[in-house]
Amino acid sequence: MLGFIIQRFLQAVLVMAAMSVIVFGGIYAIGNPVDIVIPPEATQEIREQTIQRLGLDRPLYEQYLIFMGNLLQGDLGRSFVYNIPVLELIGGRLPATLELVLISVISATVLGVSLGIYAGYRPDSWVSKTIMAVSVLGFSVPSFWVGLILILFFAVNLGWLPAGGRGNTVEIWGVAWSFPTLDGLSHIVLPAINLALFKLAMMIRLARAGTREIMLTDTVKFARAAGLSEGTILRRHLLKLISIPIITVFGLELGSTLAFAVVTETIFSWPGVGKLIIDSIAVLDRPVMVAYLILVAFLFVTINFVIDLVFALIDPRVRHGAAT
Amino acid sequence: MSDPVLSVRDLSTHFFTRAGVLKAVNGVSFDLARGEIMGLVGESGSGKTVTGFSLLGLVDAPGRIVEGSITLNGVELTTLSEAELRARRGREISMIFQDPIATLNPMLTIGQQIKLAIDAHERVSPRAAQARATELLTQVGIPSAAARLRAYPHEFSGGMRQRVAIAIALLHRPSVLVADEPTTALDVSIQAQILAQMRDLARETGTAMVWISHDLAVVSSLASKLAVMYAGRIVEAGPTARLLRDPHHPYTAGLIASLPAMAKPGAPLNQIAGSTPSLLSLPQGCPFAPRCTHASRQCTTDPDMTQQGDRQWRCFHPLGQTAKEPA
Repeated sequence: MLGFIIQRFLQAVLVMAAMSVIVFGGIYAIGNPVDIVIPPEATQEIREQTIQRLGLDRPLYEQYLIFMGNLLQGDLGRSFVYNIPVLELIGGRLPATLELVLISVISATVLGVSLGIYAGYRPDSWVSKTIMAVSVLGFSVPSFWVGLILILFFAVNLGWLPAGGRGNTVEIWGVAWSFPTLDGLSHIVLPAINLALFKLAMMIRLARAGTREIMLTDTVKFARAAGLSEGTILRRHLLKLISIPIITVFGLELGSTLAFAVVTETIFSWPGVGKLIIDSIAVLDRPVMVAYLILVAFLFVTINFVIDLVFALIDPRVRHGAAT
Repeated sequence: MSDPVLSVRDLSTHFFTRAGVLKAVNGVSFDLARGEIMGLVGESGSGKTVTGFSLLGLVDAPGRIVEGSITLNGVELTTLSEAELRARRGREISMIFQDPIATLNPMLTIGQQIKLAIDAHERVSPRAAQARATELLTQVGIPSAAARLRAYPHEFSGGMRQRVAIAIALLHRPSVLVADEPTTALDVSIQAQILAQMRDLARETGTAMVWISHDLAVVSSLASKLAVMYAGRIVEAGPTARLLRDPHHPYTAGLIASLPAMAKPGAPLNQIAGSTPSLLSLPQGCPFAPRCTHASRQCTTDPDMTQQGDRQWRCFHPLGQTAKEPA
């Protein structure tokens, strides 16, 4: 087990190193950032000074090494636009995204898996057919349109829920959160539904396919022959047997939604990191872009690492490295 | 003879598919005494396995029992509710399957799976459950059983896994065990061990068995009586030794003749010409008639079961019975 963890950890470090090179090289290729840092009417002298101050006169590998040196000390540079440390900037926005995404992905998974198991267990009932029809809708309707319709319907026409913003927040550990207040929660509902719809549809499909397959296996027949109740079979046998693909997709979705909830955050003017990165790209705020991409890579690597550990925990065959 | 623990009368299980009604089991009757082992023999698709599942009330949709009665320990099973059936499954009647790799859940320990089977019918402390599980595994021949409870199925060989499955099936000392080709997937030496063990267990616990197999050689070493199935019907039944020595139904005779051991070395193996009829559209009359060398015009009507002593057959032209053949 320890060997497994070390192996995965080394892999993660390798991926991160490769990712940093790609990000740094890619951003370098975009062009000279000096022009957006200094005003157009600046003298040649100021221009040269700035280039020297930012270290842009040095060769690429030297720039990279300096960047990596700073990175390892937790310094990702300062935003050109806001002139505050990038980490502080992203850190200030991250909780907003984090609470929105966690709430939507977790509820989509819990609800989606339950509905999917039902649809797989009773494939011919009209309830199951309705569930599957809804899941097709969740897949095929574009998310920005759903967001607009949600606002139009629940915020404008019915006036039940606010159309945007975070609402009242509460400070916990020096960070502002919306979910502990009723007002904040009411602000989360619509963007969370918007984000969750596609994931819900996917979880329903995954759980249904897994359930249909597993219910026909000898494992289930044998459990039935031993007199186990259907409830026990679903809880103790089925749930474990269908969990692997569901956890995989859960991790991937969690990562990609955290990183790229841009559309929803924009529509609901949710002040998260997705909105931050879009704004930064618009004004070519390079340190923010680089730091963001590095952090996203780190996020994915971490999530995948955790998922591998979870696999090892729940599936003995992974843990023991068996071939079957 | 004492009352049978299991009595099956005119059991018919049909599958209502889009292509039509598939008559997988079509009027099967037999009795099983306490501790008795009956071999249920036939080719693939003859309805043996569906008969087994029918006994446990575990026929999957679109199939269902359309007719007949199954009496287990004096209780009629076909009219019971699902909950009442479940209460009997595992405790009064249980089943083991062909592929031990597929039957056990790869993600639960052996101990957990045994515990689930115990909990299905009894409330016992974890400690008592563990003691019981250890005893059981020892009984089916698994060494250092206590330590093995924490192991997962993939850490066992195929034969060991089948022993675990057998242990789970016999946990509550059921009156009847349906064994659906449990040794087919195992290699021959393991097969022989398990067969001997099953016979001893049946004797000790008084569990009667329906041993489903396509392999006459395996069944004949184990079962005291045989029932031969063809196209959803029992075509011949009787005590093993006499049935094998002196088969009455031409299909049984064909099966015996096609045993590899019966062929001369170097000579081609015997086989029964033709193939089993589709259960969707059974021929009129005797379903074996198209493949039968003894078939006559009479065979276009369905033969009834003829009973003579402890032997039964369903044929107008029984072998070795020519003298008594009606005109």
